[in-house]
Amino acid sequence: MSNLTVNGRSEAKKFDIKQWAIYFIMLGIFIVFAIFLRERGFLSLVNLMNIFRQTAIISIMAVGFTFMLASGEFDLSIGSTVALSALVGALMLQRAGIALAIFAAVAVGATVGFANGFFVVKAKMPSILATIAMMGIIHGFARWITHLQAVPVINDRFTYTFGGGNVGPIPTLFIWTLVVMVIGHIAMVNTLFGRKVLAIGGNQAAARLSGINVSRVKWLLFMIMGMISSLSGLLYSGRLHAARYTYGEQDLFTIVAAVVIGGNSIYGGTGTIIGAVVGSIIIGMVNNGLILFGFSVDQQVIFRGVIILIAVALSPKGPKE
Amino acid sequence: MSNDYILEMKNIHKSFGGLRALVDVTLELKKSEIVGLVGDNAAGKSTLMKILTGAYNADSGTIIVEGKEVFIKSPHISRALGIEMVYQDLELCQNLDVPANLFLGREVISSTGFRFLKKRVMENQALDILHRLKIDIHNPRVQVNKLSGGQQQAVAIGRAVSFDPKIVIMDEPTANLALVEIDKVLETTLTLKNHGISIIFISHRLQDVFTVADKIFVLNHGRKAALLEKEKTNRDEVVKYMFMEPKHI
Repeated sequence: MSNLTVNGRSEAKKFDIKQWAIYFIMLGIFIVFAIFLRERGFLSLVNLMNIFRQTAIISIMAVGFTFMLASGEFDLSIGSTVALSALVGALMLQRAGIALAIFAAVAVGATVGFANGFFVVKAKMPSILATIAMMGIIHGFARWITHLQAVPVINDRFTYTFGGGNVGPIPTLFIWTLVVMVIGHIAMVNTLFGRKVLAIGGNQAAARLSGINVSRVKWLLFMIMGMISSLSGLLYSGRLHAARYTYGEQDLFTIVAAVVIGGNSIYGGTGTIIGAVVGSIIIGMVNNGLILFGFSVDQQVIFRGVIILIAVALSPKGPKE
Repeated sequence: MSNDYILEMKNIHKSFGGLRALVDVTLELKKSEIVGLVGDNAAGKSTLMKILTGAYNADSGTIIVEGKEVFIKSPHISRALGIEMVYQDLELCQNLDVPANLFLGREVISSTGFRFLKKRVMENQALDILHRLKIDIHNPRVQVNKLSGGQQQAVAIGRAVSFDPKIVIMDEPTANLALVEIDKVLETTLTLKNHGISIIFISHRLQDVFTVADKIFVLNHGRKAALLEKEKTNRDEVVKYMFMEPKHI
């Protein structure tokens, strides 16, 4: 019998330490903070819930961003889409019911995603450039429609549903995060759609050759990313009882870091959704720890930049390598 | 009318602007036969194969598959006729596992609206294909980039075979492989032949061609320079036909 296992290279199952590293890192940071910041209340339920609330929306967007990155594309317009969706949703909420407000907000994301998809798929623009331009346009709109004013959100049902309320002891933010994460994970790992996304990120030529409609999948991805940004906008405005043009502004940075720390390659072809969510929790913990240690906001920003550099340096390289 | 050829490419001409890439080339292939296609760079090997796979259209000439004239206007038609190509650069998704690559583009899915992958079914079928080709990959769930070059080539061949083809075109299947792996790929090639598949085997490595091919077809500057029975020729003669001046053809 022929045997193609040669040169001692075996494909036998091995315990892949890299695959689990992220969970050990999370545990390690947690233990270190639990020891050194115990006096300052790191372990208190209030603080832990606070970490969670602050990372929930990042986690949700990280799920969408993992899909983008898995296909080898970027969407840098997500932050400004969050803001515009929040504002449009809040304005509609003042004039119409919840349903219309949600619809309008999600329509904003879908439209932005559609436009992004058009420029990447049809106009063949690199997604980084197309979505940077889009980011500027959307940001401008977000500043313009309310003249930089915040729009209050005073509908109780809305704020309860979108991130402000609790179901028993469980914050609705937690439920939203869990739902998005579970759907994202199943879609990536167990559905034809996820398979297509990963194939495109792994080898676009092979994917096309095998009959996958690469353009359609990418276009759809941009629209999904846009709609997830809209959901995030609704959650921000529900949680903070107002919509502001600044929502999402700082998030892009954190989302990319979360996805990459979670074990996803910046060069595409990988798609660990749970890793991305864990990455986002790690960043949330580190931020929280830095605050408790007494670092200023500026120092935290510097620290976050350093984390991203390290994460990208350690991230898996392109699939071709 | 009827003969035992599974493929006949007759009097194929193809030009790109002023460049005559193929001039009156006729190539025939029998069932379970391996024809080695050799020639120097730019001799027209890949142009001829691209015409067969539908990537190019010939300027003139006829293609007959199993006794019927066919018009291969697109890769889709070529595949429907039972012609598969194993590409030199493999065309695998390095980030996916073996069944995912074998079934890429025609995954087995559940009939529910969500189109869930039937991974277990694909895995079993993949193991079946690997077993039939005597390819020894024990754990099909391994990512392709963790496999050796020879194993990857075997997966690429397995992918072509899983379409149940009549004709397989292999483009430099032994390039970039370690010596010990070349033998395995050649063995797999002969296994395909034993399964009744006809093969066009393109290679610069004449020793490989002599190992597997029944006949050797030499292209030189877009013309058929010779068709040699392997048993009745030798490497020197093949090289002579590959590199002789076009005016002698």
